[in-house]
Amino acid sequence: MNGVEMKGITKTFGSVIANQKINFDLKYGEIHALLGENGAGKSTLMNILYGLYHPDSGNIYINGQKCDFRSPFDAIRAGIGMVHQHFMLIPEQTVWENMILGLNNIPQVLPKSEIKRQILELSGKYCLQIDPMSFVWQLSIGEQQRVAILQMLYRKAKLLILDEPTAVLTPQESQNLFKMLTYMASEGYGIIFISHKLDEVMSLSHRVTILRKGEKVGSVLTGETSKEKLAEMMMGQKFVFSIQKQPKSAGPLVFDVENLRVRGDRGFHVIQDLSLQIHQGEVLGLAGVAGNGQQELCEALSGLRRIESGKIKINQQELTNRPPRHFIKKGLRYIPADRRGVGLIPNMMVDENAILKKYWKNPIAKRSLINWREVARYAHHLIRKYYIAVPHVRYPVKNLSGGNLQKLMLGRELSDSPQVIIAMHPTWGLDVAATKFVREQILKERDRGASVLLISEDIEELIALSDRLAVICKGEIMGVIDKPQEVTPEVLGLMMAGTPLKNIQKVSA
Amino acid sequence: MEMVISILAAAVRSGTPILFATLGEIIIEKSGILNLGLEGIMLIGALTGFSVSLASGNPWLGIIAAFILGAFITLIHGFISITLKGNQVVSGLAMTIFGTGVSSLIGKAFIGKTIPGLLKTPFPVLNRIPFIGPVFFNHDLMVYFSFFLVVFLSWFLISTRIGLNLRAVGDSPRAADAMGLNVNRIRYLAVLIGGGIVALGGAYLSVAYNKMWTESMTAGRGWIAVALVIFAIWNPTRAALGAYLFGGVEAFQLRLQATGTSIPTPLLLMLPYLLTVSVLIFISIGKGKGILFGAPASLGQPYFREESD
Amino acid sequence: MSIYFRINKRTSSSWLLSIFLPFISVLLALIGGSIFLSFLKVSPVQAYRGMFQTAFGDWYGISETIVKAIPLILSGIAVTLAFKATVWNIGAAGQIFLGALATTAAVRYFYVDNRGIMLVIMFLFAGIAGGGWAAIAGYLKARWNVNETITTLMLNYIAIHLADYFIYGPWKDPDSLGFPMTAPFPEAARLPQFAGTRIHYGLFIAIIFAILFWFIFRYTRWGYEIRVIGENPKAAQYAGIYYLRYIVLIMFISGAIAGIAGMGEVSGLQGRLQHGFTAEFGFTAIIVAWLARLNPISVMLVSFLIGALQVGGESLQIVMRLPIASTLVLQGLILFFVLGGEFFRNYRIRFIRGDER
Repeated sequence: MNGVEMKGITKTFGSVIANQKINFDLKYGEIHALLGENGAGKSTLMNILYGLYHPDSGNIYINGQKCDFRSPFDAIRAGIGMVHQHFMLIPEQTVWENMILGLNNIPQVLPKSEIKRQILELSGKYCLQIDPMSFVWQLSIGEQQRVAILQMLYRKAKLLILDEPTAVLTPQESQNLFKMLTYMASEGYGIIFISHKLDEVMSLSHRVTILRKGEKVGSVLTGETSKEKLAEMMMGQKFVFSIQKQPKSAGPLVFDVENLRVRGDRGFHVIQDLSLQIHQGEVLGLAGVAGNGQQELCEALSGLRRIESGKIKINQQELTNRPPRHFIKKGLRYIPADRRGVGLIPNMMVDENAILKKYWKNPIAKRSLINWREVARYAHHLIRKYYIAVPHVRYPVKNLSGGNLQKLMLGRELSDSPQVIIAMHPTWGLDVAATKFVREQILKERDRGASVLLISEDIEELIALSDRLAVICKGEIMGVIDKPQEVTPEVLGLMMAGTPLKNIQKVSA
Repeated sequence: MEMVISILAAAVRSGTPILFATLGEIIIEKSGILNLGLEGIMLIGALTGFSVSLASGNPWLGIIAAFILGAFITLIHGFISITLKGNQVVSGLAMTIFGTGVSSLIGKAFIGKTIPGLLKTPFPVLNRIPFIGPVFFNHDLMVYFSFFLVVFLSWFLISTRIGLNLRAVGDSPRAADAMGLNVNRIRYLAVLIGGGIVALGGAYLSVAYNKMWTESMTAGRGWIAVALVIFAIWNPTRAALGAYLFGGVEAFQLRLQATGTSIPTPLLLMLPYLLTVSVLIFISIGKGKGILFGAPASLGQPYFREESD
Repeated sequence: MSIYFRINKRTSSSWLLSIFLPFISVLLALIGGSIFLSFLKVSPVQAYRGMFQTAFGDWYGISETIVKAIPLILSGIAVTLAFKATVWNIGAAGQIFLGALATTAAVRYFYVDNRGIMLVIMFLFAGIAGGGWAAIAGYLKARWNVNETITTLMLNYIAIHLADYFIYGPWKDPDSLGFPMTAPFPEAARLPQFAGTRIHYGLFIAIIFAILFWFIFRYTRWGYEIRVIGENPKAAQYAGIYYLRYIVLIMFISGAIAGIAGMGEVSGLQGRLQHGFTAEFGFTAIIVAWLARLNPISVMLVSFLIGALQVGGESLQIVMRLPIASTLVLQGLILFFVLGGEFFRNYRIRFIRGDER
C-alpha cells in the first residue's frame, strides 16, 4: 500500500494511558485529519510516528515495510516530517541554519550561499516567502510556521504532520495555509493535521480519524459525515450545550480599563491603546487569535506586568502599576491558562497550593506562623465543594489530572467571592463534565455579582457565556458586541483579522 | 619599548594556560553543559603532563597524556550531567574538589623534581615582524598551537556542520532532538574534547611554564577561565583577548614587584572578575530587550526527552 | 534481539531510597578512596582507622571536629537558605571573607574595651558586610536576571583579593615576620572559647541558627514563601510575593550568616585575619547544604561528619605523610556517588527487549 500505517499503538506516561491500541493509516495524496479534544492523545500518536516517543507496543509500516523509529532522525529519513505546535526551531539561529539542522548530506564546511539559493527556490515554489538570513526570533509566528514547514520540505518529506497549525494564525493566514496544503496533496504529499476545530476539519480534509481519551472512536470520509456527527464522536455524547444563562441587567461599572499601553517581553508594544469596561454581574468575553496580546493583557490587569500608560480602576480606585498583592487584596482574581507553570506549583501538595492566595491571612496564619491544621481544613473544604478527586490533601499536585487541576485553581480563586475575575482559557483540555462544571461556576459568580473577563479560543463558549463580547487584534479592541448570540461568524472573523467593528457596521448600514 | 614588548610577550605566555582552559570550557558550554570543575581538571592535566614527561623524557608524550586523561576525567562530570541529569553546579564543584585532592595525593611523589620541558621555538619569518614578531612568535609550540586553536574554533563554530550542531544542542536541545540530532552524543563529544583541551592548559603550566609540579599550582586560573568564557561571550577570539589581558596583569605585576613599586597587586588581580561581572550585567540587560548575545540558551539544564505532556 | 533501556521520570519518591542511598554513596566513596590509597601503597584499612581514631577516638579529636564544624554549620545554613529559594549562592566563601574583613575593621577602628559590646559590634559588622556582598548578586538576579552562579562566584574572588589587599597591605602585622596576617585581636574582641578546647561560642550561634531556620522553614509563612519562590518564581509573583525584595532579602540574610561564620573564625578561633584562612570553606558549605538536602538540622549532622573527615585527614597527613588535600578525594567521591544516587531517586530505568513490542 502506498502510505503509512500504524497498528495497535499503545503508550502510557506513568499512570496515564495516552494511546490505547490505536490503528491509523494514511495514503499519500490525501489530507487526513486527526480530531479529538485536548488530551485525547492526538499529539502523542503523531510524536510516535515522528520518532520522538517510543510506543509501549504496536508497529509502524511505511509502504508495507515495518519501521522502527528510534528518533526523529529515522522518521525524517523515511520521509516523515512534523511541524509541532511549538515549533522546533532555534530562535537564536538564522533561518538557513535551522533549515539544514540535522541533515547529513551536507558537506562539513557549510555552503552558505548554495543553501540560501535552495531555500529561496523552495519557498518560491510553495509561496512560503522567507528571508534565509534573518534570525528566527525576529520573525512573526506566522513566518516561523512557514520556516517550520519549509524545514520539512527541504528534507524531502513526503508526509507532513501538522499539529494544530491554525492556533497561531489569523483566519486569512489559515486560508492560505489550507490552499497550500491542498496543492501539496494534489502533488502527491500525504498530510496529517491535528485539530480540535470542526470547521477546519470539514473544509480541509478528505478523511477524519477521531480520538477520544486515548482510544480511536472511528475513521470516516469527510464527505460522508457532518459537523454534528463528528462532534458526537469527539465528545462521546450528543453535544447539547445545556448551559442556562439567566438574563440579567448589568449593574454599575466596576472594572474600568483606559487606554492601556503595555510592552511585551521583546520590548515591542503588544497592547496599543486598549480600553474596556466590565460591570457588576457581567461576563465580558474576549475573542481573538492567539498571540494578539491576550496573555500580556491578563498580566497587566493583574499587576504582573508593567503598564506603560493608561489606567486600571476597580470601583473608582486606581490600581495602575500597583504590586500584584494589591490587586489580590482589592478582590481581583486571575485564573491563568498556564496551570502547571503559573497558577499552581506541581511539586507542592494540594493543601500548599490551596493557600497560595491567602497564606498570610487569618485563620491560616496568625502572626506569621502557619497553622497547618487550618490549611488542611480549608483544603478539605475546597475538595468537597469543587469535587476535586484526590485521596488526601497532602497529595502532590503534579499527579492531578487536567480537570482536577483546573478545579483546584478555580476553587482557590473563587472561594473568597472576588470582585473581578480574569479567566484565561478556563476549559482548555478538560473533559465534558469538567468543562460544564467550570462554565457553571463562572455563571454562578456572574449571578453573584462578580465582573468576569473571559478569554477563550472557543467561540461557542464565548457566545454562550458572555453578556457582551469584545474582540482583540494586535493589542487593540476592535469592538464590543452587545448581543453575542446574534453575531455572525463573518463579522467575528473580520474583527479577529483586524477590522474594527465600526467599519463593518458602516459598510452594512 | 623593550620593556613593553617583553611584558606583552610574557602576557602571551602566561595567558596561554588560561586560554586553553577557556577554549575548552567554551566548547563544553556551547553544548549546554555548565562545568565548574576547571581547577580540578587543570590540576590533573598538570600532574599528568609533568609525570609522564618526567618518566618518558618527552614533554609531548606528557601533553598528549594530559589531554587524554583530562578528557576522561571530565567524562565523569559529563556522565553525571548528561545521562544522570544531575545537578551540574554541584557536580562541577565536586570535580574541582576531587581533582585538587587526587592531584595532591598522587603528586606528592613529584614535588621538587624538574624537567627541561618545552623549548622556545621561534617561528620562522613571522617572528621578524616588528613588534608583533617578538610578542607572539617567540614562544614554544604549544603557544602556537593555542593560536591555531583560537582561529580554528572560531571558524569551526560558525562555518561547519558539526559546529552548527553543537550550537543547536546548546541553544535548544528540544529542537535539535526533533531535527534528528543525537543530543547526548554531541554533548559527550563536547565534554570529552573540551575537557581534554582544558587539561592542556594545566599541562602547559607544569610542562612549559613552570617546568615543575606543586600542589594547587593552578592558583585559581580555572576560575578565571570560567569568568573569561562569559567575558568573551563564548567567542574564541575574545577569549584570547581576555586570556592575554589577564596574563598581562600577571606579567605586569611580576615586573612591578621586581622594581619595588607598590601598586597593590590584589586590586589588579580583581580586574578579570570585575570585568566579567560587568559584561554579564550588560548582556543580561540586553537579553531583556529581546537581543540574545551568544550565551547558549539551555546552559546548565539537563535535557530529558519524554517530559510529561 | 537487542536489549535497550528507557528512562522515565518517577511520579512518586521512594521512601526507602531516601534512607538507603546516602549510605550506599558513602560506602562506595570509601571503596573508591581505598583504590587510590592502595595505588599509593597505603593500606586503606589503616588509613580509615587512623582517621576515625583521630576524629572520634578522644575528646581532643571530637572537640577539633566540632571546631571545624562550626563554620560549616553556619555557612551551610546560609547556603541552604539561598538554595531553598533556588538562588545559587556559590559565593559563601567571599561572604565569609567579607564578614571576617568587617570584623577586623571593627576591631581596628571601632574598638571598645568591653567584650559584650565589642562582640555585638563585630556581629553586626560581619552580618552587614557579608549580607551586603551577597545582596549585590541578589539584586542583579532579581532585577535583570543576571546569573547568580557566576556573579557570586566572581564576587568570591573579588572578596578574596580585597581581603588580601588589606592583609598584605595596611593591616599587616609588623611583628609577624612578613607572614600575611594581621596583629592578634585584643581580648575583648575575642569570642570566648570553652576551657581547654578551641571550641568557641560561635557554636551557640550555629546551633541557634540551625534550629531557628528549621523552624522558619517548617512553620512560618516565610518558609512557605521561600519554598514557593524556590519552586517557581512566576507562581510566586502570581501569588503576590514581592519577588525582587524577597530575593535581595534572602541573599542578604544568606550572606549575613556566612559573614558571621567568618566572624566566628576570625574572632573565635584564630584571633586574627590571615591570608587564605578559609581554604575551601565556601565550597564545602555548598556540599554540606546539598548533602543535607537543605534541612537545617541535617546540616548540623553533615557538618559534623565533614568536620570529622577533615580532622581525620590531618591524621593522614601526620601519620601517613599524605598531603592534607587527600581528604578532598574522599569528599569528591562522596559527592559523585550521591549525585549518581540522586538519579535513581528521580528517574526509573526499564529494560526492554528488542522484540518485545
